[in-house]
Amino acid sequence: MEKYHSEQASIVVSSVSKSYTSGKTVVKALDNISFEVEKGSLFGLIGPDGAGKTTLFRILTSLLLFDKGKALVDGFDVISGYKEIRKRIGYMPGRFSLYADLTVQENLNFFASIFETTIDENYDLIKGIYAQIEPFKNRRAGKLSGGMKQKLALSCALIHRPSVLFLDEPTTGVDAVSRKEFWDMLKGLKNEGITILVSTPYMDEANLCDKVALIQSGSILNIDTPHNITHTFSKTIYRIKGRDMQALLLQARQWDFAEQVYPFGEYHHAVIRQQSTELHFPEGVEASRIHPGIEDVFIDLMRNHDQ
Amino acid sequence: MTNKAIIVEKLSKTFNGFKAVDEISFEVGRGEIFGFLGANGAGKTTAMKMLCGLSMPSSGKATVAGFDIYQENESIKKNIGYMSQKFSLYEDLTIRENIRFYAGIYGIRPDIIKTKTVQLLTQLSLEKEADQLVGQLPLGWKQKLAFSVAIFHDPQIVFLDEPTGGVDPITRRDFWNMIYDATAKGITVFVTTHYMDEAEYCDRVSIMVDGQIDALDTPGNLKRLYQAESMDQVFLQIARKAKRTE
Repeated sequence: MEKYHSEQASIVVSSVSKSYTSGKTVVKALDNISFEVEKGSLFGLIGPDGAGKTTLFRILTSLLLFDKGKALVDGFDVISGYKEIRKRIGYMPGRFSLYADLTVQENLNFFASIFETTIDENYDLIKGIYAQIEPFKNRRAGKLSGGMKQKLALSCALIHRPSVLFLDEPTTGVDAVSRKEFWDMLKGLKNEGITILVSTPYMDEANLCDKVALIQSGSILNIDTPHNITHTFSKTIYRIKGRDMQALLLQARQWDFAEQVYPFGEYHHAVIRQQSTELHFPEGVEASRIHPGIEDVFIDLMRNHDQ
Repeated sequence: MTNKAIIVEKLSKTFNGFKAVDEISFEVGRGEIFGFLGANGAGKTTAMKMLCGLSMPSSGKATVAGFDIYQENESIKKNIGYMSQKFSLYEDLTIRENIRFYAGIYGIRPDIIKTKTVQLLTQLSLEKEADQLVGQLPLGWKQKLAFSVAIFHDPQIVFLDEPTGGVDPITRRDFWNMIYDATAKGITVFVTTHYMDEAEYCDRVSIMVDGQIDALDTPGNLKRLYQAESMDQVFLQIARKAKRTE
């Protein structure tokens, strides 16, 4: 088996495209996507449902063929080297895909035996995660709560100590507390030297990744560190607040110096037109300039992409 | 008629000795946007099912849209709308068929369905896609359509269970715009979400922990009370108290 040597990159995607036909229409799930994931890093694919994240995961885990391009995982081509790749990766799909009628322990044993290993052999790697569900090891997987299912799925994906871990929307539908815990677990795994590719529709999770690709409608809008993405954003953003937020939103959309105004939690964010020099906020409107966040950048990229 | 859309008093639901919902009490005013938050497993879904007339409480009292949840649960179903992220529309029916199906279930007259369908399709700019299968629509459109279908029969209250999960940031905001439009028409909105910025868009927010309502107030008051800068911090402070392992 030919192995490609790449010093730093654990995942290389170059000009990958994939289309589906749905009825009479052709849907471009991925449109000429390229990026690399550095060994031992935590890389995030940030984008809404339907952006193409799952298609990309299925291609990289050798489960789906694509139309054009080339992809390498851990030095192996995803098509010719699929057997090698399958031994080396861990994959947690977005939908719970363990055996509902096997117990927690039976599921874990099953995955360990498929990869010709044992729970004991790699217990230290999963300990922090598995210990939390071990008290329920005789419970059937189908009877677990959402959070516990997620921990079991992650344990099963790790039981053979993969070099690359693929996590497709592990935090979707998960509450804010459990999401924080999950990202702490990922940090721990990264420290073990595992390369992690994780997807999420939550824009705020981008800041927890080393590098992110913002993805929408099959295209990558931007790739960089979260810090660079927000710091190279050239537009000025003010957050504004008034007594009646709904009225303020409608009013602010008429301001000639505001290019875009959208709600953002407690405030509205106003993107200032580039040529504007003087900003006159009406009386009673509290306004202050802020650093843009990933979500601001994403909204801006989306609007420009759609045009 | 009171000015309360929902009145809940010491409502409980026990499964085999496990108190999924433990004596919750609250009221929701007509036309209010009420955010119903809590960690996974806190009991939100169980509580919501009881309010929608789908599950009988173990004890306590509640009226929804003026109807008793024990005696008049069929009337409740007729007077509320419901949508969730997980289930909303039939993917293998077209947009038009979905509208007709739901409107038919609520017993709306065929001629009214016809006129309102045209209005709805124009509002959503979906005239051209009307005969496409819903499964082919992008998620954002699907959710906007699902919401419109859920309020097609002009319910008094609409229950939204994580309606914006996984939706892109622009469509998420469009969706909230539709929520505001609905409240302007007098519809009461009862909504759950994991996006804490959306908690800010609610008039009042309750946070459930281990089957009980641990906090209930306006977002502004909750932030003051917990000395927090954002609803995210309020939520983390409260939800971390949970002892239950779901």
